Amino acid sequence: MSNDWPLYEVFIRSRSGLEHKHVGSLHAADAAMAVEHARDVYTRRQEGVSIWVVRSSDIVASDPTDADALFEPARDKVYRHPTFYAIPDEVKNL
Amino acid sequence: MSGQEQEALFRYVLRLGDTSLVLGQRLAEWVGHSPALEEDLGLANLSLDLIGQARLLLSYAGEIEGKQRDEDELAFFRDAPAFVNLTLVEQPNGDFGRTIVRQFLLDAWQLEVYEGLLESKDTRLASVAAKAIKETRYHFRFSSGWMVRLGDGTEESHRRVQDALNDLWRFTTELFAADEVDDALVAAGIAPDLAALKPKWLARVGEVLKEATLVQPAPVAYQWHGKRGVHTEHLGHMLTEMQHLQRTYPGARW
Repeated sequence: MSNDWPLYEVFIRSRSGLEHKHVGSLHAADAAMAVEHARDVYTRRQEGVSIWVVRSSDIVASDPTDADALFEPARDKVYRHPTFYAIPDEVKNL
Repeated sequence: MSGQEQEALFRYVLRLGDTSLVLGQRLAEWVGHSPALEEDLGLANLSLDLIGQARLLLSYAGEIEGKQRDEDELAFFRDAPAFVNLTLVEQPNGDFGRTIVRQFLLDAWQLEVYEGLLESKDTRLASVAAKAIKETRYHFRFSSGWMVRLGDGTEESHRRVQDALNDLWRFTTELFAADEVDDALVAAGIAPDLAALKPKWLARVGEVLKEATLVQPAPVAYQWHGKRGVHTEHLGHMLTEMQHLQRTYPGARW
């Protein structure tokens, strides 16, 4: 049966204030069912407080063969990293 | 509490507990056999919720009875005639559609009963209901969603769930048939009045059936008596498997 169902990617927010993270994928007949399946498959151990699903086919991805062109140019630009700032002790979560 | 009231409360809690336990065991039979991995986990989740409810209820029943029987003793060392679950839940799984129909009819009933128990004068039952009703809301969402998908699905899926509905409907008379146990607890403000729950259940069920393009079967006069310990032949077979380990190695632990 699941062979006939399209694939969905699942994103879970582990607690309020944090971002949704990709946790995996599953099959479902439609988006509503995908949310329920995600609840059953990926939140069994209290992993989350919010679920997003999206059809895998709707995701537009970069081409791995373009990796050199896309990502190499950033390599020698260390000045873009925020490592030249002193971070005050009061600032958490950095 | 008088001896008679205590006996009635024991029977009442035991019925609720057995109904959850037997349905939980039936659903567990699906593990590894569901039509899809995702549904396998879904049914297992329902099963674990129900077994969790059964544990709370059977523990409480054992305390009321006061004969040192704990949840395990009650679950594994009673024979079929001592089980007082509703007859509906012991019916075999059949195909996925039949399992869903059985689940749907019972979920809608548990929703009404637990909602009523939230107001119970028995605070222990009220707290079990408060936990269980959240689970049951999800169960109903799951089963009614599938009722619509299958009923309003293909010709084949429609035929299968309609057949299952026609067959299982006869067990629903028992869901609302009150006896002296129910009457005593309604009078004591502990249990909701089943007769008052029936129209709400019918409305809830009817709404989903309509959306699922399924026909509500005619009422059946004959009534089963699972909650009085009179069962169909299916319960004994199920218990044989469920109780095998504890009967063979009494007191065995993980």
